[in-house]
Amino acid sequence: MMIYEKVKEILLKELSLTEEELTLEKTFEELGIDSLDLVELVMEIEEAFDITIEEAEGLHSVADLVRYIDEATKA
Amino acid sequence: MARIIGTGSYLPNNVVTNKDLETLVDTSDEWIKTRTGISSRRYAGKDENTGEMGLSAAKKAMAMAKVTKEEISYILVATTTPESLVPSTSAYIQGKLGAKNAACLDLNAACSGFIYGLQVAQGLLSLPGIEKILLIGSEVLTKITDFTDRSTCVLFGDGAGAVILEKGQGIHSVITGADGTQGACLHTGTFKVENPMTKEVMGPQKIYMDGQEVYKFAVRILPEALRQVVAKGGGDLSTLTHVIPHQANLRIIQGAAKKLDMPLEKFFVNIEQVGNTSAASIAIALDEANRQGRLQKGDTLAMVGFGGGLTYGACYMTWTL
Repeated sequence: MMIYEKVKEILLKELSLTEEELTLEKTFEELGIDSLDLVELVMEIEEAFDITIEEAEGLHSVADLVRYIDEATKA
Repeated sequence: MARIIGTGSYLPNNVVTNKDLETLVDTSDEWIKTRTGISSRRYAGKDENTGEMGLSAAKKAMAMAKVTKEEISYILVATTTPESLVPSTSAYIQGKLGAKNAACLDLNAACSGFIYGLQVAQGLLSLPGIEKILLIGSEVLTKITDFTDRSTCVLFGDGAGAVILEKGQGIHSVITGADGTQGACLHTGTFKVENPMTKEVMGPQKIYMDGQEVYKFAVRILPEALRQVVAKGGGDLSTLTHVIPHQANLRIIQGAAKKLDMPLEKFFVNIEQVGNTSAASIAIALDEANRQGRLQKGDTLAMVGFGGGLTYGACYMTWTL
């Protein structure tokens, strides 16, 4: 769950969301994150986890993000 | 060393709102506002071409600087949408102004053009015999806008800005750079080799932009360039009075302010009523900030530009007017 905690921290810092609004299942659309927000979010995540996110278009929810980071950091 | 002693700008009369654009392409006022921060922009009328707008802005800057046309040693025009390929827009303006002692040069560094122009002016002013420089950023972007592409046509506007520079203390540092490997994400197509030897046909020259890639570049480079230029000039970001960024997208500016941990109020923003005017953008913003009385003598300010090339540039100075 470490990855989710870190992702949550970044999302809360970057966007004006409350802890209650942010859950693993929520899609970016439900959270009011548009593609421009996603660009900056992806940059923060890449820096925080020292990875490169190739296919940001395929990520639609917080769970997608956590799964991607999990795969990328395992490799 | 160089300092700015006069500013001027000109915006065309036609105001084009987001609602007006809804009749041209599949878009909405809400989408444009939330994605870019733009509400309206100006479109040049047929008598408001790159040269005429540059000329109007120049005259205002000259009046503020109390500089006569004979005193101008050099006219630099930063543009990607010139009055014509030949003569240069700077030569056109020189002729109209009657600035008979001025050498004329157009520069193309896309949206970074004005900053590149400041660096060139700074270099020229270190030469003997060059005393006053007229630097203009002027664009009729609508001449190269693809009005069938809803992702780009909503961004661009027309306008011109100008400054007069002379030798003296003011500009502390300028940095300029580029990444030519990313040229394809913001381009207008090639001037194909269309001649009797080839079967090539030159197509229309319209802006194509990979929005995501350009956004990524801008969001990264704005804070980086600011940090670099202020450090190079021996300044301190935390005591910087103003930032005048290229007005490409409000979201880029907001993101940069957050990344640099600087209050958004320090960033001069006028994109809402002007849109993205490429090389004219920073020059227009500078003149508006100045004429609104925001710039006090002794204030430190940094300007930062970024755009096609991909290019970027930043300038750090103390305001001396």
